[in-house]
Formats: sequence, structure tokens, C-alpha cells
Amino acid sequence: MSSFMNWLDARFPATKMWKEHLSEYYAPKNFNFWYFFGSLALLVLVLQIVTGIFLTMNYKPDAATAFASVEYIMRDVEWGWLIRYLHSTGASAFFVVVYLHMFRGLIYGSYKQPRELVWIFGMLIYLALMAEAFMGYLLPWGQMSYWGAQVIISLFGAIPVVGEQLALWIRGDFVVADATLNRFFAFHVIALPIVLLGLVVAHIIALHEVGSNNPDGVEIKKNKDANGKPVDGIPFHPYYTVKDIVGVVVFLFIFALVLFYAPEGGGWFLEKDNFVPADPLKTPEHIVPLWYFTPFYAILRAVPDKLMGVMAMGGAIVFLFLLPWLDRSPVKSIRYRGPLFKIALTLFIISFVALGYLGTQAATPGYTLAAQIFSVIYFAFFIFMPIYTKIDKDKPVPERVTFQ
Amino acid sequence: MRSLVIAFFLTLFSAQAMAASAGVQLDHVDIDITDQASLQRGAQTFVNYCLSCHSASFMRYNRMAKDLGLTEDQVKQNLMFASDKIGEAMTVAMRAEDAEKWFGVTPPDLSVISRARGTDWLYTYLRTFYLDESRPMGTNNLAFKDVGMPHVLWEKQGYLSKDDHGHLSQAREGELSQHEYNQEVHDLVNFLAYIGEPSKLQRMALAKWVLLYLFIFFIVAYALKKEFWKDVH
Repeated sequence: MSSFMNWLDARFPATKMWKEHLSEYYAPKNFNFWYFFGSLALLVLVLQIVTGIFLTMNYKPDAATAFASVEYIMRDVEWGWLIRYLHSTGASAFFVVVYLHMFRGLIYGSYKQPRELVWIFGMLIYLALMAEAFMGYLLPWGQMSYWGAQVIISLFGAIPVVGEQLALWIRGDFVVADATLNRFFAFHVIALPIVLLGLVVAHIIALHEVGSNNPDGVEIKKNKDANGKPVDGIPFHPYYTVKDIVGVVVFLFIFALVLFYAPEGGGWFLEKDNFVPADPLKTPEHIVPLWYFTPFYAILRAVPDKLMGVMAMGGAIVFLFLLPWLDRSPVKSIRYRGPLFKIALTLFIISFVALGYLGTQAATPGYTLAAQIFSVIYFAFFIFMPIYTKIDKDKPVPERVTFQ
Repeated sequence: MRSLVIAFFLTLFSAQAMAASAGVQLDHVDIDITDQASLQRGAQTFVNYCLSCHSASFMRYNRMAKDLGLTEDQVKQNLMFASDKIGEAMTVAMRAEDAEKWFGVTPPDLSVISRARGTDWLYTYLRTFYLDESRPMGTNNLAFKDVGMPHVLWEKQGYLSKDDHGHLSQAREGELSQHEYNQEVHDLVNFLAYIGEPSKLQRMALAKWVLLYLFIFFIVAYALKKEFWKDVH
């Protein structure tokens, strides 16, 4: 065995990579609950790719047969229903896990120097994931697939001068049609997964270069022992591999509960209207985006002007990218932050969740006003961040991580 | 396209608005797709009354035979009028153009209607046809205003009429009492729920084993973690 590894290592850095990224990658020993979601995101990514491959074997990217081919998978393909539900539930699970992962970054300041690029790559993953989900949702070719795509693509029409031409170019037709389905299929199964995988590799390489943050926001590399190992660090493998397996099993248990007992997710994961085949002549009464887009959708609707609405929606995501440079506090973790940041973050999370809810509801005048208020809070969190993080009364940060 | 976006802004998507636009309180129906007797009765009603106009083109006869506890011969003799091969799907002979001429619309395929409309809606819809002289078929419906479909089950239910307050009352007796008719519609809706997702039978049967496996796996994984982390201080 060792002679084989010697042969291999002389030609490929197998042992070197194993050590660098697993057995000698030192992670802080004080990771808590919030640190499960990175490895879970990776798990769901693999799940989506594997189930996606099997779905592709039976799915037909053709407007005339797409809807029927999904039902064919649900009925006539051996275990097709399981593969399809794994994929459809996996899509929502992906966003659940990624949102919690991003929340972790927010509360422990994981985006701050020196981890700006980890955050940027993560945000790019989030963007690619949204595109991937949006295009994937067209493929079942139900009413909500069709009209959701129709509306979202038409948003590009709001861009001055080139807008309408751009929307036409994206669709490949004057309405969402077979051409649109074909290109979305190509993007969904080839282009975006490649981009996603590339970004995930970049995210992890950047992370392993600077080292993981932790709930105390203390740099463990500042305290090294005689051998140059961080005293508060433990090798990722085996410590965090065995710990993450526990996280994986708990996640899978909850995932299985949804998949087996409520795969429609109460109409949130598989919408009712999507069991009606796409009909270009019949607009559904209510076009609801999938739940993971609804906060941004509520922001779009809160602005009366279409172009301004689209810009606000885009801005809501652009601001997230800028987070590492907006935060002027020397302290990373919320544990040692002052009251201003805690209040701001609480208001931000409330606004994000509230916007997510409002995005699913009818825009009555009262709800629209609420969406406008929460949108203002959403943006205020970012716009005033350089000020309130600078004047905040942060607490002293300990030298070592806290671990009991 | 602009008007579409405006419509998107204005129509606005709520479950409440959806219920409100339907304009009728839906009656709840308890569905049990493991009740084979109910499914068999529902299948009988379905092939006799629905399948002449509506297809269920994603549903195969042999799959139904297996899941309903029937032999293929039983299905062939009692439930197959539109096709002759047991492996075929439940299609209809009626041509779409003809259907459109007769009813104004092509009767929708019913394979996944229970998942699109919900079983409560179907249960309400099939029980709330009422006499309406202004409609071409002479009937209208509480759950589906100005529906193109005639009251196909009128022989069983009889006819209802609607008073000014929107309440329905029996105008002409049918073969079945109200209770019997409700039961018959229940079985039919149960069958529609079954054909909406036949794999649900497998899904529900498999669920507890997967969860049990994960539970045992959790105990092992947790013990493993404890063991490894003993030396982390």
C-alpha cells in the first residue's frame, strides 16, 4: 500500500492534498451548531448533481413532452419518484442550508478581513444557485414554471434602450417557448453546474488558505505551539468529519420527513399550479415565485416604478457583496459586538424574513406599505453599517477561543 | 410584456385571494389511498362516467390493477372500455377538436388533477352542480363558475337548485340519497387522489424504514463523535 502511495505521490499530490485539506487542516475546536451548514451545502450539491444526472436520463427538454416526461419519471421509471422528490426537495433544502450558512457568516463576521474572498466566492455561489434554481424550475413545464419564467425574464425589459431586445434574446422567442426550455435545460444541466462546482472549489481553497473563522472571531493562527500548530485548532479529519456525519444524519432525518410525508412542502416546494401543463394562453390568477426568491420579490414590488424596482432588487444582492468593506468594526463575532450591531442585525433578519413572507402575499395597500418599510430597513442595515459599526461599543475580544 | 408585469404586480398571489376568488367554502374530504375497496368503487365510477371525455393518460391499467388489488382479468373485464391492452394508459377516444366543439374546451387530462386542484376542491365541485337556465348545458357549479362540463352524475345525485342566498337544495331526486352520493363522490375523489400520485403508496410504505435507519445511524454517529472528541480539551 505504501509503495503504491509513494508511486502515486511522486506523480500526483494525493497525500499532500489529503493533509492540506483534511488531516492537517486545523480548524478551531469551538465550532458550534451554525458550522454544520457548510458541509451540508456540499452534501446537497452532490445530491442535486447525482439525482440530476438520473433525471436527465428520462426527462425530455421539449415543450410538447416535458410535462409528461416528468410524470413518466414519477410513475414508470423505477424509483423515479424518489429521484425526482430528492431533487425537488433538495432544491429547497439547498436554499435553507445556504441561508443558514450565510446567517452564520453574518453573526460571526466570517466575511471580514482576511476572508473577504471566501465571502465573495460564497456570494457568487449564491447567485449561481439562484440562476440554477430559476432555470431548473422551468423544466417541469407546468403553469407556474412557464409564467414564473415569463415574468422574471420580462424584468430585463425594464432596462432602458436594450431591455426589450435583451429579454427577446434570453427567451429566443417572443414568449417563453420551446427555444427557452431548451436553452434553460442546457444552462441548468451543464453551464451552471460547472460554474457552481468551480466556485465551490474556489470557496474552499480560499477558506483553507486563510483558515476558518469561529464563534469567537479569534484568529487561531495567532496562537501556535512549538510545532507551528494552532493551539486552539484540531485536524479537520477526523474530528470534524465525525462531527459532520452527525450533522448529516440529523439533516437527512429532517429531509426524509419532508420528502416522504410532504414532498410538496405544503405547496412551497412544488406549487399546485405546476401540476397544470404550461398554457401560453392562460395566465394563472396568482404567480408566486418559489419561497427562496420571495424576499427579493417583495423588494421589487415595494418600489412603484418598474426600473427602480428591478434596480432595488439587484441592489439588495449587490450590497451583500460589499459587506466586508461596509463593516468597520475591529470585532468579528457578535459575542463581542456592541449593542448597535446587534440591534441592526436583528432588524435586518426580521426584515428579510418579513419580506420573504410579504413576497408570497397579495400586495394589499397595507402589505405594500409594510414591504416598503422592511425594504428601507433592509437597505439601511448596509448603508449605515460603516457608521454604526465604527461608533459601536464593542467588548474586549479574548486571546483564546472559549471552549468548555 | 409591460402589462404582464403590471398584472404580476397587481394580481398578487395569495392563498387567501385564491380561496376568495373561488368564492365557495370547500368541504373537507378525508382521503385514504390505502383503502382498496374505496379505490375500486372510485375506479368504477371513473371509467363509467369520467373516462369517456377525460383521459388520465399518465395512468396505466396494469399499474392500477396492481395497486387496487385486482387481477388483470378483472380490470380487463370491468374497467377497460377504451383500450384493449392492459399496459396501456387511460386515454380517451374522443378527439380534442370534437371536444372543443361540444363543450367549448377540451376536457382536461385528470392524471394529476387532484394535485392541481386539491381533493377538497374536487369533492366540493362534484357535489355542487345546480340548475341554471342561462348555461348551455343547463347547469352551473358553485366551485367552478360557468364550467363547460355538464352534471354527468345527475342520475345519481338528481338536480339541485340554488336560491338567492347561494344555498343549494334538492330540486329533483336522484338514484342515491345525499349520504350515498357523498360516499360515491368520496370514493371517486379518493381514486383521483390515487392516480395523482400512485407512487405515494410506495413512498408511505418506505418512509418509516428510512427514518428508522437514520435513527440507528444517528446513535452510531453520535457515539463515534463522542469517542473521537474525548481527547479535545
